[in-house]
Amino acid sequence: MTPAAPLLEVKNLNVEFRTRAGTVKALERVGFSIGKGEAVAVVGESGSGKSVTAYAVMGILDRAARVTGGKVAFGDLDLLQASETDLADIRGREISMIFQNPRAALNPIRRVGDQIADVLIRHGNVKRADAPAKAVQLLATVGIPDPARRAGAYPFELSGGMCQRVMIAIALACDPQLLIADEPTTGLDVTTQAVIMDLVMELGRRRGMAMMLITHDLGMALEYCNRVVVMHAGHVVETAPTAELFRRPRHPYTAKLIAATPRPGTALRALASIPGAMPNLRNVSIPPCRYSPRCERFGSDCERPLPHFGEGGRMVSCWNPV
Amino acid sequence: MTPLLEVTNLARHFAVPAKGGSKLPFMGGAPSQLHAVDQVSFTIAEGETVGLVGESGCGKSTLVRLLNRLIDPTAGVIQFQGKDLAEVPARRFVHTDQRAHIQMVFQDANDSLNPRYTAADAIADPARRLKGLRGAALKERVHALADMCGLPRELLSRFPHQLSGGQKARVGIARAIAVEPKLLILDEPTAALDVSVQVVILQLLDDLKNKLGMSYLFVSHDLNVVRLICDRVLVMYLGKIVESGPTARVFRAPAHPYTRALLSAIPSFEPGAHGGRQRVAGEPRSPIDPDPKVCRFYGRCPKGEVRCHSEMPALTEIGRGHRVTCHFPETGAVLHVPQPNLKIVA
Repeated sequence: MTPAAPLLEVKNLNVEFRTRAGTVKALERVGFSIGKGEAVAVVGESGSGKSVTAYAVMGILDRAARVTGGKVAFGDLDLLQASETDLADIRGREISMIFQNPRAALNPIRRVGDQIADVLIRHGNVKRADAPAKAVQLLATVGIPDPARRAGAYPFELSGGMCQRVMIAIALACDPQLLIADEPTTGLDVTTQAVIMDLVMELGRRRGMAMMLITHDLGMALEYCNRVVVMHAGHVVETAPTAELFRRPRHPYTAKLIAATPRPGTALRALASIPGAMPNLRNVSIPPCRYSPRCERFGSDCERPLPHFGEGGRMVSCWNPV
Repeated sequence: MTPLLEVTNLARHFAVPAKGGSKLPFMGGAPSQLHAVDQVSFTIAEGETVGLVGESGCGKSTLVRLLNRLIDPTAGVIQFQGKDLAEVPARRFVHTDQRAHIQMVFQDANDSLNPRYTAADAIADPARRLKGLRGAALKERVHALADMCGLPRELLSRFPHQLSGGQKARVGIARAIAVEPKLLILDEPTAALDVSVQVVILQLLDDLKNKLGMSYLFVSHDLNVVRLICDRVLVMYLGKIVESGPTARVFRAPAHPYTRALLSAIPSFEPGAHGGRQRVAGEPRSPIDPDPKVCRFYGRCPKGEVRCHSEMPALTEIGRGHRVTCHFPETGAVLHVPQPNLKIVA
């Protein structure tokens, strides 16, 4: 039996940004897939291209960006070739997104109930007259107390955690098949963070929804996701099932990243630091392996074009894996 | 041993317009009081690192600004090196000798550095104003500080926008220690940094402390970081300290229900561990005119008995420096913190 086709498959995706100071090769040959109902974490430091990947999938890249190659297959549709009308139908209904800063992502001068109703009317085949009631129902689903009253509130009247719940209600309004969560809990308190993530996972599981969780927090990836995609400077350096990635990281960068993260039972001096910084992606001559200038395992092989070694659901893009 | 800093019953209330009332002060009734910091007492010993944790809105920042003497307290004593700083109004504190002894590293190195000052200017400014250094002596001091903080000298002529996040953090630290403070207040110094840079900055802070013998008050929401570098920890909730004690003890056997919820919210580094853990539901009570008889955590607390609603618990010692503000503390109950059995290949 052949395994079922993945829900989302990103292949060899290249994205460039044209800036006054030159072209930034933000993503290079990025590839990964997400199966139906699967939770996949995309982790990496700031500037590694996590969000750009998500924006490319959603087709909401900045105007300065240009997709110079690759494929984003969602079912049998290539999202990169799809017309704006097709995309508009897919966004919100099939794929929806939770943004990083809920207060900035919500419309500040519309009541939150209306904002949810907008999505229901546009994407959810809900009649205009029924939308407000459905919106209140959704607010209740995401655990907002007194939803009927809160539906009439403006974003500034709600706490950060509440705003994020509203975002989740909007994202889940039409039962999407894939939810992209871009750092959904940054800026929230740990207690709220845990409650919000539990909520997303619970609602996702109940609806059989797949999730792409973008985070810089390895702890969250480990706790909530089945698989992890590790990015560094616009490359996917490693992909692996979560437990395996943490037990036996293969890419030197992944190993360092895990060893640098404070966690129970480690001492300050035992934490690893990663020397150097990400290469400047504006440079014309970036080494094929963008981690090589920082890498301790650097060897003569590393100047060759990057490999993508794969076996049993794992992929590592390194000539000298751990 | 006398502590470096001893805070007793410190409070700061802010007047806010009464609910439903007019915003004009002369139109009807006394304004309501927002109790940002309420009856807070704690000490910091010389050379000690004390962590301060709590949700946003719990009063951490107000407490920090009180200690820093940027704002005046409503009541209470801030005993620092044998002097009560609370007696000196904030606008006169700038001109006292004590100003140099309490310094601060701000949360966002981006917003807290003057964009039109070079790194050297930023570091030199406090040394010039508070230490009276000029000319060659000042330059030498700036170079020494840059070396101490691992900031390459060639970066000193750069402006903040030309520096990376980690380098800006180093400038912020160098500037704060330029006047040889006794107490350094660190407000989430690594919150904006990536993990790989965070490690380096935390190790730098630890080195500096050993070298210069400062005390730290480390404000953070990252409990994994607090566990790593703090000797003692203070947990704040709605203006009050609900639990304090040695870090290892508090993390192993938290006694206050809020601390327990806080600690079990940390991602555990255990795959798929999110089910079945303690969560704290709902939103905090309003800090405006709180009922002095009701425990601040009442309503969100899994206990919530009659006594919690009729009598405010006091900070009580439950064992070796471990204090808790709760009528029904969990004594002796060890919180299950899963120890990851992941072998890390470095």
